[in-house]
Parts: sequence; structure tokens; C-alpha cells
Amino acid sequence: MGWFVRRLAQSLVMLWVVVSLVFLSIHFVPGDPAELLLAQDGGSPDPLMVQMLREQLGLDRPLPEQYSHNVMGILRGDLGASMVDGSSVGQEVMRRLPRTLELIAAAGILSLLIGIPAGVLSALRPRGRFSRGAAVVAGTAQSVPVFVLGTLLVVLFAQVLGWLPAGGFVPFSRDPGKHLQLLVLPAATIAIGLSAIVFRITRASMLDVLPLDFIRTARAKGVPARRVIIRHALRNALMPVITVFALQLGGLLAGTVLVETVFNWPGLSGMLVAGVNARDYPVVTGVLVVVSAFYIGLNLLVDIIYGITDPRVRK
Amino acid sequence: MSRNRENMTVTQSAEHPLLQVQGLTVGFRRGGQWNDVVRDVGFSVSGGETLAIVGESGSGKSVTSMALMQLLPRDNSRISGQALFRGIDLLQLDERQMERIRGDRISMIFQEPMTSLNPVMTIGAQIAESILTHRRIGKAEARAEALAMMDRVRIPSAKSRYDDFPHQFSGGMRQRVMIAAALACQPDLLIADEPTTALDVTIQAQVLDLIKELQAESGMGVIFITHDMGVVAEVSDRTLVMYHGDVIESGTTEQIFRRPAKAYTSALLSAVPRLGSMTGNAVPTPYPVFDIASGKLREPGPRPNTLREGPPYLLQVSDLSKRFAIQSKLLKRTIARVHAVEGVSFTLRQGETLSIVGESGCGKSTTGKLITGLHDRDEGRVVLAGRELGAIPAVERAHDIQMIFQDPYASLNPRLRIGEAITEPLRIHGKASATEQREIAASLLTRVGLQPEMAGRYPHEFSGGQRQRICVARALVMKPKVIVADEAVSALDVTMKTQVVNLMMDLQQEMGLGFVFISHDMAVVERISHRIAVMYLGEIVEIGPRAAIFENPRHPYTRRLLGAVPVPDPARRHQRGAAVVTELRSPVRPPDYRRPVRRYLEISDDHFVLDSGEDWQ
Amino acid sequence: MKQAFQSPSGILLALILAIAFIGPLLPLADPLAMDVAARFGGPSAAHPLGQDEYGRDLLSRLVHALRSAILISGGAAMISAVIGVSVGVVAGYVRGFSEALSMRVMDVILCFPPLLLAMLAATLYGAGPSTLVPVLALVFVPSFTRVAHASVMTVRGQDYVDATRLMGASATRIIFRTILPNIVGPLFVQFSFVVVMSVILESGLSFLGLGVLPPQPSLGMMIGTARSTFAQEPWLLLAPCLSLIVLVLVLNAFCDHLRQLFDPRRESGA
Repeated sequence: MGWFVRRLAQSLVMLWVVVSLVFLSIHFVPGDPAELLLAQDGGSPDPLMVQMLREQLGLDRPLPEQYSHNVMGILRGDLGASMVDGSSVGQEVMRRLPRTLELIAAAGILSLLIGIPAGVLSALRPRGRFSRGAAVVAGTAQSVPVFVLGTLLVVLFAQVLGWLPAGGFVPFSRDPGKHLQLLVLPAATIAIGLSAIVFRITRASMLDVLPLDFIRTARAKGVPARRVIIRHALRNALMPVITVFALQLGGLLAGTVLVETVFNWPGLSGMLVAGVNARDYPVVTGVLVVVSAFYIGLNLLVDIIYGITDPRVRK
Repeated sequence: MSRNRENMTVTQSAEHPLLQVQGLTVGFRRGGQWNDVVRDVGFSVSGGETLAIVGESGSGKSVTSMALMQLLPRDNSRISGQALFRGIDLLQLDERQMERIRGDRISMIFQEPMTSLNPVMTIGAQIAESILTHRRIGKAEARAEALAMMDRVRIPSAKSRYDDFPHQFSGGMRQRVMIAAALACQPDLLIADEPTTALDVTIQAQVLDLIKELQAESGMGVIFITHDMGVVAEVSDRTLVMYHGDVIESGTTEQIFRRPAKAYTSALLSAVPRLGSMTGNAVPTPYPVFDIASGKLREPGPRPNTLREGPPYLLQVSDLSKRFAIQSKLLKRTIARVHAVEGVSFTLRQGETLSIVGESGCGKSTTGKLITGLHDRDEGRVVLAGRELGAIPAVERAHDIQMIFQDPYASLNPRLRIGEAITEPLRIHGKASATEQREIAASLLTRVGLQPEMAGRYPHEFSGGQRQRICVARALVMKPKVIVADEAVSALDVTMKTQVVNLMMDLQQEMGLGFVFISHDMAVVERISHRIAVMYLGEIVEIGPRAAIFENPRHPYTRRLLGAVPVPDPARRHQRGAAVVTELRSPVRPPDYRRPVRRYLEISDDHFVLDSGEDWQ
Repeated sequence: MKQAFQSPSGILLALILAIAFIGPLLPLADPLAMDVAARFGGPSAAHPLGQDEYGRDLLSRLVHALRSAILISGGAAMISAVIGVSVGVVAGYVRGFSEALSMRVMDVILCFPPLLLAMLAATLYGAGPSTLVPVLALVFVPSFTRVAHASVMTVRGQDYVDATRLMGASATRIIFRTILPNIVGPLFVQFSFVVVMSVILESGLSFLGLGVLPPQPSLGMMIGTARSTFAQEPWLLLAPCLSLIVLVLVLNAFCDHLRQLFDPRRESGA
């Protein structure tokens, strides 16, 4: 259990560092942060506005007090209030986060279902026809940026073929069918690139494991081929796949921003993009803290899975 | 499950061999071309019999066994011939049928116990898997049988270790696990592919004994693949010698050793280091060279002793110690220490070879790195050619001491042409012009038996033996006084090994070099050394002149070490009693460990033994 | 290096580089010159690929966008490589405290998803290339540090490094003459990989309007704005999409080629 406690402590420290850095980021800016946030091209901002913003963000108080106020706030789940309309950032994040997570979960499951079997099959006959074909498809899929892919899918399936809606969102509770219909394209957009990655890692990892001595041992014991591949090879090969997949999922939380924009999916991206455009600092940092925490949590989860599957890690 | 056991052994006899192989030819496809690596191999093995297949690397001995088990990749290998196993031709079976034979009727164990077990499965499950694959029994029964098997291969406290993972086992114990898994279904034939090569010599002796014992109990046939003639003499009834894919000689082991019919076999045998072959020789003597053309052994002439008695010493080492801290991960507190080297003292004179011997983890390599300054020592003094090691600037130290490493593949920079590699020290010291460098490289290459034209090639174009010669040349370029050779010939095939050892001895004679020869190979050590230090758990347990150590070993560990070395003489195939299962002890100690005060007893002139008290009673 | 470009992907990459850097020198139309009267104008002699919604020349805009994508990504990757490799090599060679510190710092940077970090920077400093390049550079430093660190750790354990130390070589000589030449392979692969990632990230940010600022052309932004006019003029959307896909495909192929070239399992001599 020691390794687990240690790993958990590490994650908490990391989270604290991230939160502090995000909080401090506004102070890295040369000059008065409030003035900078209000600065429009060229013109200097209205001093009254600057003063108001300073009070609103608490910038007029001493730095340690600001720090403790903000960090304690984050620990309580209070991410501050929007500069634009004063609404609670925390509440808005909680309203939108599930939609983003739904998108990621759908895409993640889809990509594992495609990527792992394809990777295993391809590693068994690395020079076979399937293997070469899959490599070309995966290489292409990985080379199309998600927002381009999304745009092209909209053009094809919505505008040219008219099979699926171009974008939007309907809550599952109101109309499940419509909800799922709207989910298909954005989830597929993310899943295509992601399954290409899962495929490549699975294939590479299986190719690393298959020539190892213990595979030969298992075969020499007469263990049937299918069991050798699944119990012995894949079990060992999955670890890098888990790591890369989790890293990708973390990155995806950000990557979905683009997909959500393309499909008008009202997840975190809408508030984030609007926040950046309005230079609404609390909104941007709020989302950043949540996403980073999610990312750190994912890494922790990966290590726990590692610890469970690989006895050499727990010590 | 042993229902067939009795009548089976009865029906096996010399007339009805268990396995009869004829015309076995194996080819691989490389870049569209078929290339036969094993040609027309034939042999037979009967129940209760041990056949050794012996050869150097590239002889095709492992490929032969893999082909019999059909473990070679099917799409780029082709196998022809016949292999009748109890009337069935193995080479005609498809993968399904072969799976039923493997692990049940024919089992196999491999060289690398460290990598041959699945790291994420418990060892118990890996043994039980063999049983579950071939028998229709429940998990609980399989567990019980696996436990019984662990007892049979003498894994101590089998019950509590059943659910351990491979990384919690030592190499020797892992090999026992491998054997347990292989023999769990009581096969008729065991193929052992270099099963002890990666093990320490005392552990090797135990594993060889175990295999012999299990064979005697079950009457199975054994095919034993090895490069070590000592092991061959120890275990096999009949022997097959392979060279570049061909069987060049076969017969009873007795015959092969007594009257080898082929020149290559003679060469191989003459190159085999034999313990005791130096008895009566006063000074280290090079190996006799076997001339393949004439088929004659050329014995080296009498040699002057290179050793210069008395001071000045090249190297004076006293009370040398090195500990490596093991820290807790979170707080970086020292929770234990590896006492790698403890209170080591010795001297080296001009023209002398001092060998440091011992098994893995005994601290011999660390000692080598301490006296060259690659590691910083914790305690003790090293005086190199009259000066404190710490007081010699790195640039000058290069003229005093150089090193040759074990792995010829890792000790040359892959990005440097070998000419550049040899003269790199000269460039560091800004000593020679480009032309001079080329001349020096050419002359050194010639000196170590390579062609000067090779200077422009890269390391990967050379064999292991050639690379080791290049490393010798590189070590010589600074004209050092001392060369530390850390397992420098251990990774080489026998014929290469003897050549490099002879080269080193010639160079010692010419240049008056002092060698610190670090090795686990007692036979080579006997040939090359003036004096020997035996290390165990970081300490020197016995040190003295070569003859004293080999003919009058006093420390129990020295005796155990010498007793474990396989003797390449079938006549002396000794019957050891049931082997005591010992493991190499670990030099990890708690942080507050204080080394007890040690005393050395002087047995005879210059021969000292550690008085280690109750530890060895 | 010569081997790197003697491959289909290398030749294609050279071709793209030539278009991006020689193209703007050719007498093409001004990429910023508007001609609202001729908006959505089809291909003509003056405008081989037609005109966009403000009547600007599409070909000229594509060429300039390609150049800025390569300059921004290549520049960011270069800065990132210099910093990352230096830190990684020192950490791997010196070990001890400097190693622990720099690796922890890298862990912290890795906690921030690149796109979000860029968005935070855009919020604080305003959008535009002067924010974009430093952020991209920062984001990819850890990847270089990790690759350099891991490679140094592998190489420094090799006996030939010990042999060089025994020759009396100084630490600087060992780092620059012995270790670095043996780790350039993985570093080149990482560099090409980071360029690909930067191109994708830059285009994504520009798509959101946070990268290259209008009216300067960029592929991401061109795709973003042409989405609404797909019905009128599909080519305005498809041309930048295609350009971006081809650029990334070629870079990826080149990256794979480098990887094979430097594969440790392949004996590499020259």
C-alpha cells in the first residue's frame, strides 16, 4: 500500500503546484494585470474600470492574502466569478463538464474497441496485407488535425449526404435519439485519430513483446496460440497502451475544445473560447485548473492500474 | 497422471530410441534468399540417456532444438528431414498437434532465467499452466501438483512462494521454476538449451545436479545444448559436435574426449580451459595453439617469469571500501547499504597478473572501478605507481592505468571508426599529428593481430573477439603500467578466448604490464595468474600465489567455488551427493551495520585466509 | 543528414519547403489586397485558384499561410529543442539535485494541456504569433528534455563512456564528443515530431482565432472562416484543408522515415 500512498501524495503536491502556478500566472505579466486585461489595441483603459477590476479580482489586496483567498477558494470548489457577467465559474464548469466527458468517454471506448484488436492482428503478421493497409489508414488518420477532420465530416455527412445533423446539442433526457444522433459525428471525429494512436502503440508494443523469451517459454509448454497471445503477450503489451491512452485522454480534454467548436457541442469549449476572446481571466483559469486536475487524476489512475497489473511496480 | 510412466520406461531401450532425427536441414529467409543454417543433422536419444549438442556461437545447435519443437517462425524458416518421436514425425505435425506434444511429451528449458518467465504471472501459476494445458483437472488439483513440483525442484518454502512473482526470485531459483514448469507433465524428453550458461558456477553445479537427479528418477531422455566442454563432460553420455551448421563428429562422450576424430574437435578441446592443467607450472603459460592445417598442437615454449619481485609496487591497495546507499523513495533516507567492497587490500607488482575471482555480486567489478577511479571510494587508500590515486590528475592517470571491459559490443563508441577509437586518447592529450596517429593505429592493429587497413571500419563490422582486440589496442596506446581487465574474455567463444588470453600474456612479456584480471572463470584464471584473490560478499576471503590457491585452498568458499567448476574429463564425471540448495547471499546490510574486525591467517608464504569464524562452520 | 532527404517523404518535404519559401518571392498577387467586387471569384489568369470572400487571391494566401505555419512551428521547435536538450543532457550527465529539479519542473509543465496553456497565454498577453511561439516552445520543452535525458542515461552506462573517462577526457569533451553524437538520432526524430505537433496546434489555435491574427493568412483561420461559405464556394474550404493535411502527412512520413533511419535495432554505421 506504501506505493499507493506515495503516489497519491505526489499527485496532491502536483495539483497544489499547478493551482499555485495558475494563480500566479497573472502576476508574471509585466505591469498592472488589471490594466493589461482591459487593454484594447493601442488605447489605454479607463482608470475607473481598472480600479473596479482590481477590486473585483482582489488585486488590490496583498499578494499572500490574494493567494490564500484564491487557493482556499479553489479547494472549496469556488473558482471565482466571471469578469463579464459575474456568474459563478464553478457552476458553469459543472454544468458543461459532463457533456465534454461524455464526448471523451464515447470516443475513448470506440477507439479502444477499434485500436487494440487491429493492433494485435497487425502485430501477428507485421508484413501481411492487413497490417500494411492498417498502417496506411492509421498514418493518414493521425495526419488530419481534428478540426479539419470534423469540418470535412460535417461537409460530407451533413451538407452533401444529409444523413446526420451538422451539430448542436439536445439533452439526453429530452430526446435520447436525437442526443445520440448529435453525438455520432463529434465522437467519431475524436475516435478516428485516437484509434490510430491506440492501434500504433498496441502494434509496436506487441511487436516488442512477441519475441521475448517468456513467450517462447509459454509456447514450449504447449500453451495454445490464442492463449499465448492474450494471456502472455497482450497482458504485458497493454501497459504502454494504457499509459499512452491516458496521456492522450488528458490531451483530448483540450483537443475536444476544437471539436466542440466545430460541432457547437456546448461543453467546456464554449465558455473557454468566449472567455479567451473576452479576456475573462477567471473563466480561463477556472477551466484550466479543472482540466489539469482531471489530467493529474488520470495519471494517478494509470499508475494504480499499473500497480495492479505489474507486480514489479508495487514495492 | 503417471499412469504410463512404468510401462513406458520399460519399452524404451537402445534399439528403440525415443527420438530419431535424420537429415534435419533448417533454412532461414533473409531478404528474399534462403540460407541453410543447419544441414543434414542426424542423431538419436533414448530414454534415460543424455545427448549433448556442443558448438560455438553460430554452430546451429540452438536452431536444431528450436526446429524440433517447431518454435521457429513458420513463415521465414523452412525445415526438412525427419524427426521420429515414438514413431511420430514431429516435422509433419501442424501447430495444433505440436501444442499437444510441447510441454507434455517434450519439454524445453532455456538459457536466460531472468527473461524466460512471464513477469506479470505468479510463478505458481506459470508452473500450473503447464499442467492445466495438458490435463483435464481442476485448478485446485493443478495447484497441488505445482506445489509438489516446486518441492521436487527444491524451491525452499514452496507454499509461501507460490504466489510470488519472478522478479522476487534469484536467477538460480528462476531456473528451478523453469525446470518445474517443464517437467510438470513428466515429459519423455527434455531439451535443455544452455540452461546454466547465465548462472554462477556454484549455482550451475546445483542446477546440473538437479537435472541429473530428476532424470534418474523419471528415466526421461535429455538433449543438452551447450558451448561448455566442461558441462558436456559432466552430464552427457553421448556428444554431437556442430560447426557452422554441420555435425562434424558424434560418438560417446568418452570417445570424443579421448580420441577426437576431427581437427576442429581437437581444436575445441585444446582450447577448453581445464582446471589443474597448470599443476607443476611455475609461471603463467599461454594456451597451446592448435594448428588446424597440420592438425598438431603447438605447445608454447618455456617462458621467463615476467614478474619483478619486490618493490616498487604498481598498485598498493589497502582497506578499500565502497558502499552504495539504498534510499527510501519518499524521504531519501538511507534504509540499507550494499556493502559492495569491504576492507580490500592487495598489491600488484610489475609484470604481475593478479586475478580477482568470485561470483556475481561479490564486489570484484566494483573493486576494478575503484582502483581505476571510475567509482569514488568510501574508505581506504589506492597508491598507483607511487602516487595517491586521488592526487593524480585524470590526464596523467591515463598513462598509469587503463581498462578492458566485459561486453565488446558496449565498449566501443559505435560512431567512431576503430582507427579513431584507438587513437582517441592521443587526441585528448594532443600528443600526435594526424599522420602519427594513423601510423600508431596501424602498428597497434598489427600488434593485436588485425590488419592495419581495418582502421577505417566501424565497430559493428567486427566480431566480438576482434572488438576485444581493438579494446586491448586502445588500452595500450597510452602505454599504461596497469591494465584492469574486467571479465574481458568472458563473453567470447572458447577459441577467441584463448587467443585473447595469449595476446595479453605476450603483451605482458613485452611491456612489463601489470594486470588486474577480474573473472568468474576459474579455468582461465588458473592459466593467466601469478596470484589470485577470491572475493565473497565484498571481502577477500583468500589471497595467495596461484599454486597455493588451487592446490591448497583453505577457505570453505574457495573450496566450494573450485569444487563447482565442471571438469572437461568424462572419466572424472564425479558423482556428487544430493546438492545442498544454497543461494548467493546478499551484501545488503542495515545502515547501522559495522563490519566485524577481520583477521587474516597466514597459511604459507604470501598465502592468507580470512578468519571468518562461525559464518562458515 | 543526406540520407534523411533521399526518400520519397524527404523529397516531398523539400518541395513543400521550396513552395513555402520561394513562392512568396514570385510575382504572386498580394495576399492582403482585397477586391470585394470580385468576392468568390472563380479561377482566372490573375488568380489561378480564385478569390475568397473579400476577393483576396487564394493561391497567394495559401503560400503565405504555409510559410508562416512552417516558420512558427519550426522556430518554436528549434527554441524548444535547444532549451530541452541542454536541460536533459545536463540532468542526465550531472545527476543529483539538478536532475531531480529539472525533471520535476518538466512534470509540472506536462500537467498543462498545450492548447489550454496557449489559451491562458492568449488571455493574458493577447493573441498573436509573439505569444504563440514562446508558448509552443515552452510546451514542447519537456518532450525534448525527457528524450535527451533518457538517451544520455542509456549512453552514459555504456562501457565506452567509462573508457573515454579513463583516457583523461574532460566532462565537456565526453558530453559533446562522445555522448551527443550517439543521441542525435532520437533527438532528430523528436524534433520532426514536435514540428508536426506544433503545426497541428498552431492551426488549431488559428482556427479558434487565437493564433495568427487576421488579416495575415493562416491555414487554420482560412478553414475556420470558409466553413460558413462552403455552400457558395467549397474550394475555399477544401484548399486549405488539403494543404494542411498534405503538410502534416509529409511531415509525419518524414518523421517515420527518420525513426527507421535511426532505429537502434538497425546497425547504424555512417
